[in-house]
Parts: sequence; C-alpha cells; structure tokens
Amino acid sequence: MADATPVLSIDGLTVQLPAGGDRFNAVENVSFHVNPGEIVCVVGESGSGKSVTAHTVMGLLPRDQLTPTSGRILLQGEELLGRTPDELRRLRGARMAMIFQEPMTALNPVMRVGEQIEEVLKIHTTWSAAQRRARVLDVMDAVRLPDTERLIGSYPHQLSGGQRQRIMIAAALALDPALLIADEPTTALDVTTQAQILKLIRELQERRGTGVLFITHDFGVVAEIADRVVVMKHGRVVEQGTAAEVLQAPRDPYTRMLIGAVPSLTPRHRTAPESAEVALETRSLQKIYVMGGLFGRKRTVPAATDVNLRIRRGETLGIVGESGSGKSTVARCIARLIEPSDGAILIHGADVAPLSARALRPHRKRVQIVFQDPYRSLNPRRTVGASLIEGPMNFGLGKAEALERARNLMTMVGLDPDALTRFPHQFSGGQRQRICIARALAMDPEILIADEAVSALDVSVQAQVLALLDDVRQRFNLAVLFITHDLRVAAQVCDRIAVMHRGRIVEEGGTVALFRAPQHDYTRALFDAAPGRHFAFGQHAAS
Amino acid sequence: MTEVIERPTATDIGTVTVKGRRGGFVWRYPLVFLGATIVGLMAIAAFGAPWLGTVDPLALDPLRRLRPPDAVNWLGTDQFGRDIWSRVVYGARVSLIVGIAAAVLSIGIGLAIGLIAGYVRLLDSVAMRIMDGIMAIPGILLAIALVSLSGASTLTVVVAITIPEIPRVVRLVRAIVLSVREEPYVEAAIAAGTRLPLILLRHVLPNCIPPLIVQATYVCASAMLTEAILSFLGAGTPPEIPSWGNMMAEGRAFFPIAPRIVLFPGIALALTILAINVLGDGLRDRLDPRLAKRM
Repeated sequence: MADATPVLSIDGLTVQLPAGGDRFNAVENVSFHVNPGEIVCVVGESGSGKSVTAHTVMGLLPRDQLTPTSGRILLQGEELLGRTPDELRRLRGARMAMIFQEPMTALNPVMRVGEQIEEVLKIHTTWSAAQRRARVLDVMDAVRLPDTERLIGSYPHQLSGGQRQRIMIAAALALDPALLIADEPTTALDVTTQAQILKLIRELQERRGTGVLFITHDFGVVAEIADRVVVMKHGRVVEQGTAAEVLQAPRDPYTRMLIGAVPSLTPRHRTAPESAEVALETRSLQKIYVMGGLFGRKRTVPAATDVNLRIRRGETLGIVGESGSGKSTVARCIARLIEPSDGAILIHGADVAPLSARALRPHRKRVQIVFQDPYRSLNPRRTVGASLIEGPMNFGLGKAEALERARNLMTMVGLDPDALTRFPHQFSGGQRQRICIARALAMDPEILIADEAVSALDVSVQAQVLALLDDVRQRFNLAVLFITHDLRVAAQVCDRIAVMHRGRIVEEGGTVALFRAPQHDYTRALFDAAPGRHFAFGQHAAS
Repeated sequence: MTEVIERPTATDIGTVTVKGRRGGFVWRYPLVFLGATIVGLMAIAAFGAPWLGTVDPLALDPLRRLRPPDAVNWLGTDQFGRDIWSRVVYGARVSLIVGIAAAVLSIGIGLAIGLIAGYVRLLDSVAMRIMDGIMAIPGILLAIALVSLSGASTLTVVVAITIPEIPRVVRLVRAIVLSVREEPYVEAAIAAGTRLPLILLRHVLPNCIPPLIVQATYVCASAMLTEAILSFLGAGTPPEIPSWGNMMAEGRAFFPIAPRIVLFPGIALALTILAINVLGDGLRDRLDPRLAKRM
C-alpha cells in the first residue's frame, strides 16, 4: 500500500444524545481508521451506535438532537468536525459517498435513475451534458447493470431491488470518492441478490482502491467481505482487529457471544417424530390474486401453486424462500387470514379451506401465528394483559381464569407476570415477540406458525427467542410451521425443510439431507449465496 | 432467565411526558388553551343566557330604536328596539346547537358508514360511489332546496348541513380502517377468533378517534358558518329565533346608520369560528405529533 495516510481516521469520537435518553452518549470515545483499498466492517446490534458513527462522518446527524462533543474525524488527513454545512456538502459525493439500506426510499421515485446519478456530477463538476452522460453510462457499466442505454431512462419502480441498489452504488461511485460508507446496504435484499451486491462492492473497491466503511449487523456478511472488523456495543468499541483475528479468536466476551449466537449452517441432528399423528396437511393448496376487472383487463397472479405440506405433532417444518416466493401466502392461507383459491387444508383430517367465517371459528384456536414485526403485532393502545386474554375469552373462558393463564404464560416465556398491566411500547422487540408467543399459546393451539418471527431481532435476542420456540414446541407437542428466508435459522430449528420458489415448492426433505445434498438448482443457488458459508459459526460459545 | 423490563426511552414521548409533567399545560399548548377558553365562554353564554344581564331578545321597544350602546342596552338596540347584547348572547345558542349537532351527527353516521365500507368489500364501492355523488352536490344549494321543501327550522338546517359533511368523514374513516386492518395485531385478533364487531370496536375504532376529534371541530366551525350564511340568505333559522346570521341579514339595511347591528353578531361569529379552528389545529398537533413537526 503506497499511500500511508488512512482514508478515514476517527479518533476519540463522542456524540451526545439529547437529555432523557437511555444513555448519555450515543457514541463514546470511538477510534478506528479505514485505509485505502480496505473494507472495515463496523458490526453491532441495534442501538450500538454504528449508524450514528457513519452519519457523523457524513455530517448527516439530525441537527440539535445529536452533537459531536469531542474527538476528531479526518478524511485523508483533513478534519471534518466543525466544518460548515456548505463545506461538508462539497465533500459529500466528491470525496466520500454513502449508500443506504433501503434502495426504494433512498431513490427519488419520480426521477429517472440516470438523472439521479447525474445529479452528483452536476453539483460537483462543470462538465458538459455529453460528458456527464458518458460518465453515467460508464459507472452504470461498472456496477454491472445490463442494457445501460435503456436503464438510464427508467424510473426506480421499474427496477428490481438489486438493480436499485446498483444504481445507488453507481451514484455513490460516480466521482470516484476516496471513502464509501455503506449502511446495511444488503439487509433489505434477498440472499442471492445480497451475494451479488457484496461481490460487486468487493470488486469495485479492489479495482478503484476505495476505502469502504461497511455497517452491518450480520456476521455472515462480515465473514464474507471484511478486511478488518470493529465491534461496537452501547456506543463503545469493544474490539477491533483483522477479520481473521476477530472472527476466529475473539477476545471480548461480547464479541464471543455475538459470534456464538450466529446460527450455524450445519444442521443440528434432530430426532424427527416419524410416527406422531399428522396435525396439518395441505393438498394442492393454491392462491391466485385477481387484479383489475370491471374496466381494466383482469390479470391473475398466482402467489402459491400446488402446495402440498404435511406436519406431524412435535415437528418443525421450515418453508424457506426469498421475498415473493409465496411462503407467507401459504402461512396466511393456513391460518385462514386470506382465502385460499383452491385445494384443501386438513387439520386433523377435517378440511377447513372451504369453511365460511362462521363455521371456521371453532377451528381458529387450533392454528396460531406469530408475525415478523414485533412493533406492529401488539395493539399499542391495549395492555399486554388485554391482548393475552382476548383469544381465550372469545372461546368462553372467564376473565379471572384467562388472566391466571396469561400470568402463567408470561412466566413461561421468561417475563414478569406483573407486567401484564403494561403497554407494548414499554417492552423491547425481543420481549414483545415473547408476548406474541404467549398470546399464541394462550389459545392452546396444535399448530403454531412462525412467519419470519425472529427476522427483525438482533442476533443474540434471536437465539433466545428460537430457544423459547423450541421449548414450547416440545412442551405442548406443537406442530410448528417455520417461515424464514434465513438458511442458518432454518438449519437450526427445522426437522424438515420445503424450499419455495415462485409460488411452488421446488424441493422438500429432511434438514440434514437437504443441506448435505441439495437437489434443485434454486436450492443450490440459495446455499451458495448464504453469506459467510465458508466460516463455521456457532463454535465459540459465549463464556 | 427473566429479563428486566426496560424503562420507556425518549422515543415514547406520547404518554410519558403527559404523566410526568402536569403543570404548564397552558404554555405547552397555548393554542388549545386559547381556543378552548373562547369556546368555553361561548358555551357559557349559550347556556347561561338568561343570567347574563340580558332581557327578552324578542322584546320590541319602539321608543328605544337604533340606540347607541349605553348603561341599559350594553351594545345598543336594533331597528325594532331589541337589545343587541341579549340577541348576540342568545344567538350563541343557535350557533352552538347547530355546530355540535352537525358535528355529532356527521361524525356518528360517517363513522358507521366508513367502518362498514372499510371492512366489507362488497359494500365498499357502492357506499363510496354514493358518497362521491353527495360530494358533487353544492352544500348551500342542497340546504336551500331542503329548507324550501320542508320549511325553515333548526332541525332542517342541521340536516342540511350534516349531509354534505358525511362523505368527508366516511373517506377519513375508511382510509384509516384500510390501513389498520392490515396491521398484524388485527390479524392476530382474527386468528384468535375475535368477531368482527369486537375487532372494529377494540382495534380499529380507537385509531379513528383522534383524527375524528379534529375533524369534528372543523365540521362544527363550518356548520356554524353555513348556518349563518343560510340565515343571512333567509333560508335558515326562522326569524323568530335570534341567530347571528339573521341578525346580520335584518340589520344590513341599517348598516350605514347603525353598523353595530351587523358588526357585533359578525364579531361573535368570526371569533367563535376562529377559536374552534385554533382549538382543532392545537388538538391535531397534540394528538398527532408527526403532523405538528411538519408545520
């Protein structure tokens, strides 16, 4: 490395939180640096201050709320703190650029993507329109977008999520900045797309010698892409070092806990209950959405086609697939939150698919569902207790008994029974997910559907909630339908896995067999895309 | 492995600050306070009219016509010798009754239709097309037509004002219902076997209340204004009931020599409507902090 000056060097950075927060400083005494041609991953759970650090560098902190109080941030040796907004604006885009998590909201929906890339050039250069257009096509080529002449005039909604993220990267790299800050750039993407984007960032960075500050919560991504790793917790750096050092020999207990909590891709050996009674079976289940009609031409969109599933009691069946694969549609059909178009849903041999809402009611309690978003799954205006007793009281249980059951369930999911009088906003995400599990169990169900139930949680919390789900499965002999996009999670909790792609089940089998020898091309593509697959996680247990 | 319940963080501003700091309401919500005070005074005037130094607002006194304000007639008298102060105070009754009745009726009916339209797909398009139809009829025209068909009375005026307001409430409620019904907690309630009426009552309705309170203040203000316009046009409150609108209508011929006949009810009307709108704005900011920040 010829250039010895780091692209970015942060020294003793402290950013103060507004009064009344849960801690005094958002970021405290943070120091690390990014060398040219190096990818530094800042990794931590939500609230660790990793995003605040990135936004401080870009000068994008919300004014009057977060203020850097001490420390230095040097961009190629130049101090960034204390610059006027105007000076920072000139640096942004030209010498440092940022890409964000959500490519849909980060792009302007009513502006052609070509113009959005060009905007950076308009602001920072005095080039002619022809020069700018040539440059735009050039960077679009560089991020491997196909058919750039056509794409340059498209609007964001006409592109796929991966293509949108490529546009973001193209805009960020248009002026060859020295520093690229990537704030969870692949979190909202499917695994196969994520793998492509990670490869692209790696490739561009090697070719151009850009320093990359990569913010992520995902140790799989870290293993995939990082040269060096900075681990943050509650606003402090707890450990930093090369990727190999931190991943293979973590010194700090927190890092060890984080890495230990990452589920392994090697399936755990489980004894599947072969002979238990079948709790749920679907036969040729189908869901077709009909759009338009009346005036427009009717369009039919098959969301799920010919889905055949079978779950025994005490067994966990995983449905794995990317967004739009129809896995949630299947779950919601089985819970009868949406009407299946065709096929049968047999619960203990009785077909519930054709039943009317009234006739269905007695069957409702048998199937319960836990949703992904812990912040929207509980009515914010009702106490946790009211949410927990609602279902049992619908089926004729007295209030006192229902409350007693709710108290027992709260204890069982690891929460204080006296917290029943509290409101959902007084709980953390993981605690809310426990409450949702308790709410489902309050119905005394036979089938529990977990629809991405741990996807929104931090990895350490995720591990606890997974353990809880497994515990209640055994205790109540539940049939669990586990919907997930995360192969690691699926490997750890599922007895059998069904892989869905474009509304169909393309492969189904025992977890161990499926992971050892995937048959279908799509399954193999999924496995190849899993970030950090070459690194064996789940070995450093928390100490 | 019992977890410690987290204490609320700074983001949960809603309930925490209200419970935490009781004092200083006036200073934190000056608009709500100001609006509520004026509306409160109007309400006192309406209910306590007989005890506020008033005489019979209909009593004619031909000897004291068009008198300027003095110790007997605080705001002077009109062309028939009626006491303007008494008529303004009693006039508040009509405005308040019409305003509140129109608000309650349009919110009540609109809420019911909106909930059904938002939840029952079959009725949705039918109900919304009917609402579109009502919205296409000019409100004043409908009112004049109704009054000429069924005669002038406070009830007719209320009905005439309520009907054109209903579609706005329906649209508001329907929009909220459509977004709330997709919330996972509503789906969880469905999966728990909660019947539709209970779901609407427990999970959907509470989300409609804050915007509806704000909407109610606007309906109320606009109803008072419409009532005054209708009375002014002679198609509203019958002349034997003192209302601000017909005071202004009767007094407009005498404006050059006794402007107070028109001015005082006009001021009362303007002040009330301003106060109600200010109260509505303040409540909206209080009930929906996201909107307040955007202003």
